[in-house]
Amino acid sequence: MSATTQAPPEERASLGSIARGYLDKVRGGDVGSLPAVLGLIALVIVFSVLRPDTFTTELNFANLIGQSAAVMVLAMGLIFVLLLGEIDLSAGFTGGAAAAVLGVTLTNHDWPLVPALLAGILTGTLIGLFIGLLVARVGIPSFVVTLALFLALQGVMLWIIGEGGTIGLRSEFVLKLNNGSMPIWLGWLLTVLTVVGYAGTNLLKIRTRRAKGLSAEPMLLWAIKSGAFAILVVAFTAYLSRERSPNPALKSLKGVPNVVVIILALVVLLGYALSRTSWGKHVYATGGNAEAARRSGIAVPWVKISCFMTCSTIAALAGFLAASRTNSVSPNTGGSDTLLLAVGAAVIGGTSLFGGKGKITDAVIGGLVVAVIRNGIILLDQPSSVYYMVTGAVLLLAASVDAISRRRATASGRV
Amino acid sequence: MSVPAAEEAAPTTSGQPLLSLRGIQKSFGAVHVLRGVDLDVRPGHVTALVGDNGAGKSTLIKGIAGIHAFDEGEYHFEGKPVKVHGPRDANQLGIEVVYQDLALCDNLDVVDNMFLGRELGRSVRLDDNAMEQRARETLDGLSVRTLKSVRTHVSALSGGQRQTVAIARAVLWNSKVVILDEPTAALGVAQTEQVLLLVRRLADRGLGVVLISHNLNDVFEVADDIAVLYLGQLVAQVRKDDVTRGEVVELITTGSSEKRGTDTTNGVDR
Repeated sequence: MSATTQAPPEERASLGSIARGYLDKVRGGDVGSLPAVLGLIALVIVFSVLRPDTFTTELNFANLIGQSAAVMVLAMGLIFVLLLGEIDLSAGFTGGAAAAVLGVTLTNHDWPLVPALLAGILTGTLIGLFIGLLVARVGIPSFVVTLALFLALQGVMLWIIGEGGTIGLRSEFVLKLNNGSMPIWLGWLLTVLTVVGYAGTNLLKIRTRRAKGLSAEPMLLWAIKSGAFAILVVAFTAYLSRERSPNPALKSLKGVPNVVVIILALVVLLGYALSRTSWGKHVYATGGNAEAARRSGIAVPWVKISCFMTCSTIAALAGFLAASRTNSVSPNTGGSDTLLLAVGAAVIGGTSLFGGKGKITDAVIGGLVVAVIRNGIILLDQPSSVYYMVTGAVLLLAASVDAISRRRATASGRV
Repeated sequence: MSVPAAEEAAPTTSGQPLLSLRGIQKSFGAVHVLRGVDLDVRPGHVTALVGDNGAGKSTLIKGIAGIHAFDEGEYHFEGKPVKVHGPRDANQLGIEVVYQDLALCDNLDVVDNMFLGRELGRSVRLDDNAMEQRARETLDGLSVRTLKSVRTHVSALSGGQRQTVAIARAVLWNSKVVILDEPTAALGVAQTEQVLLLVRRLADRGLGVVLISHNLNDVFEVADDIAVLYLGQLVAQVRKDDVTRGEVVELITTGSSEKRGTDTTNGVDR
């Protein structure tokens, strides 16, 4: 193993050595989101070439974000249970049930917005608690528990909504969640905050580490990263700030979609919880080696229960976004391929099905890949059959990358 | 500087045992595993615990670590009788065990593993820098030079490096007694040498070290005292210089040594 060679500790990190370190990591099997990012770029290029006048338009880009939002958010929730090496097959219908509660309380019972939203979210949390208790306390495999709930929750949804019914959503707030766009100025304000936040946090981290005599990445790398991030975010906002309505005289459409704020907030909040809190470390530890976690005094059952609760709570938010997109709640909200696309998004993004490896941003990158595939295939006038086969193949490909990189990691890890 | 309590302990209490067990009994159902074991662990000494498979080594250390309670017998720590009801109690006293499987999380880095379950900083805002500094100090204090970065994931480490991380984790908490279960069993020659050096260094810092090993080469290289378990009885605890390899083998396999005239009377001779 190369790392055993005598090396001076805390050597000054140079750009070259960082790049070499990253290459070593990738060769060792720790590919992270790299395949998904490359895949996303390739897909965008292919569809842009094949359908320049429909795929590469402002309108389609905004649509893409709206279409992928629910799957992305659901995938963020699923990452918590995937990190444990567990699965939640019922997460889609958990979102559906939460949306049904929201719809019934809002539309049928005329509840005010906030209690209705809380009731919906609490529905998700309670479902998560129930799954968590059955998995961590009773000891039923999560696959079975959530498969049972996958069926049971469909029944619950039918019962809440009423056989064959659909509940229309009239609340302005809920409808705007995943349909409306924010004013241009607000989009730019958000852009500035995001860029400053990203560059500032990293700068602060480098400076405190330098002050404490710890190795930190060079300022040049910080500048490159911050610059690239700024260019990307500014381009994103600029593109979405252009008029994209097919008929601007009738109805003007421009600005960053509202749902971007929700995704951004979740990425920051959940990313922080996973990387900077002791709970987050315990989640990774439990997924990596539950026995080691237990011996370190971590309450493993509680970690599992809390992860299932987190997953289902976020699934409730995903359910709201799905309902907002269709302006209604039906027994199929959160159903059909939603859950599998979300699992696919997480795995494509680089989260391991074996537990212990994954980040929140995986959900965003993977979610975009899934959405681009669907969007592009529809624009190519291909039938649903092709779409399902392609998506299935991509999911299998991602799972293979996961399994193979895991094998490589084991092979290169131990001498 | 990273293990201050141990350094203070070294000169003052070197005569008196840190940990001493008297007349320990333990049964699992009808199986009488430990039959009146006496054991002393002195600060600054490496006590090798040897014995054939099934002699009761694991049961003895699990009892010391608080994983299961002894049925009978006295458990003294730093001269005072103590009750150890769980791993937490043992940790509180300053007893740490490095198990054979190391109990490391491959998907976490060295720092995270060393502080797992005992992170520094507020639980909603961990102090990663402080943890990294202390991990580095502890490793430097043990003269570990083989780890390039403490932010390396454990999955990328060699067997010897993993063992080093597990040992460093054990001494991070001002521990006074470190019990090592077969630390060299899975290692190559060079790495075994590194780990044995590390074991020696722990004792030189004033810790009481218990080394469980099947390998008499390791035992004779690093140990000060040798304690031999035979069918649940401690048949001898002797200074390494007072015995030969052949006598130890005889003690392990038959429970007595003709030449030394010891029988199964728990003779602690020094």
